[in-house]
Amino acid sequence: MKAIAAALTVCVSFLAVSVLLAQSQNADKPTADAAPKYDPTLYAELQKAPEKARNRVNPLQNDPDAVAAGAILFQQHCAECHGDSAQGSRKAPSLLAPEVQKATPGTLFWLITNGVVRKKMPVWSKLPEAQRWQLVRYIQSLGAGAPESPAPKL
Amino acid sequence: MSSFCRFVLLGLFGISLLPACYPPPALAQENPYFVAYDHYLEEPGNLEIEYFSTFGTQRNGNNFHAYWAEFEYGATAWWTTELYLDGQTTFHDSTVFTGFRWENRFRPLRHEHWINPILYAEFENINGADKILKDVVGHDVEADKAGLNAEARAEREREFELKLILSSNVKGWNVSENIIAVKNIKNSPWEFGYALAASRPLALKASAKRCTLCRQNFVAGVEMYGGLGDRHSFGLHDTSHYLAPVLAWNLPSGWTLRISPGFGLNDNSHQFVMRWGVSREITGFGSMVSRLFGGRK
Repeated sequence: MKAIAAALTVCVSFLAVSVLLAQSQNADKPTADAAPKYDPTLYAELQKAPEKARNRVNPLQNDPDAVAAGAILFQQHCAECHGDSAQGSRKAPSLLAPEVQKATPGTLFWLITNGVVRKKMPVWSKLPEAQRWQLVRYIQSLGAGAPESPAPKL
Repeated sequence: MSSFCRFVLLGLFGISLLPACYPPPALAQENPYFVAYDHYLEEPGNLEIEYFSTFGTQRNGNNFHAYWAEFEYGATAWWTTELYLDGQTTFHDSTVFTGFRWENRFRPLRHEHWINPILYAEFENINGADKILKDVVGHDVEADKAGLNAEARAEREREFELKLILSSNVKGWNVSENIIAVKNIKNSPWEFGYALAASRPLALKASAKRCTLCRQNFVAGVEMYGGLGDRHSFGLHDTSHYLAPVLAWNLPSGWTLRISPGFGLNDNSHQFVMRWGVSREITGFGSMVSRLFGGRK
């Protein structure tokens, strides 16, 4: 009985911590699900990519399936924060911004791989390298306006 | 079992079914490990609910089915906190709730490196009947689990556990090494253990079509774990060790299924340990709870 009471206490504490954390995460944010105002400082991390990483060439640049595969990966892993069309949300910036669209494939790959851990973007090296390059292809395809292959709704 | 216990267990079961009703799916790309950890933390604000089972054979005793529920929350991109609730059924004996564990994992480095460290700290308040075999340390051996539940559950185990998790990615493979140190808060020596694991998706490129049975949705690997004695008698004598192939299937619907047949490597180990599990991630759980309690809309 004591153990169950202790477990319940821990559950309640866990919930309380979750609420506090969630509120602190939301405290400085505008309305939910609204795209944030354009803020160039959000993209400062892109400038930190090392020269060697920046110059890497996407090995799937000419892969005809890369954009479609990247679109599926985007919906599965990125759309929750960056929005279904990469327009951004209160959680994460737009990927349609010029800073992202003008970045080299190597820079985007580096950012996806390393995340921005101190600013809540997780590390995505858990995805195999090929899938990260497919994501880069998809993100860059958004720069032309409409995506080459629209992201399927899951 | 008292009606209160039944009520609590039913409640926990109900909570574990919640993800099935909650719409936003997230394909978590989970690793297939049951014992070892890699360096990936839960995405911030997401809650992953997991259920795992362990069937173990027991010489000089009754076979058992141990199980645990995990509630894993990404507090930040560098901190994941997790609650475990453990129980077990020993055949021809009884079913008991064996306690809880609260673990935290921290990522000290900002960027990816050749070897990525994660610091792990856990407090567990369980009883001697716990058989989930989530970690094997010190001189844990098969004979420890042979007793009757009524006697074993009288023993309290309040322990602090520390792990250094090292994890690397090489050509699509994840290779993880965990070094474990456990201290019972009673006057017991530090106990040590290890877990090693390697895994790889069956395909590295994603398919251009959404699919359930694509090779990239399966991750296969192997893990090995065991005890390393304690502060007074460090080494391999009187320790148990296991080798277990592992397989995970990440379904596009957001569910992950895992299975792992494990084999004892010496006479101190359970001869056969079969594990399976199911998990699902709830995206945006933190925001959802915040709104529930009057946070920003």
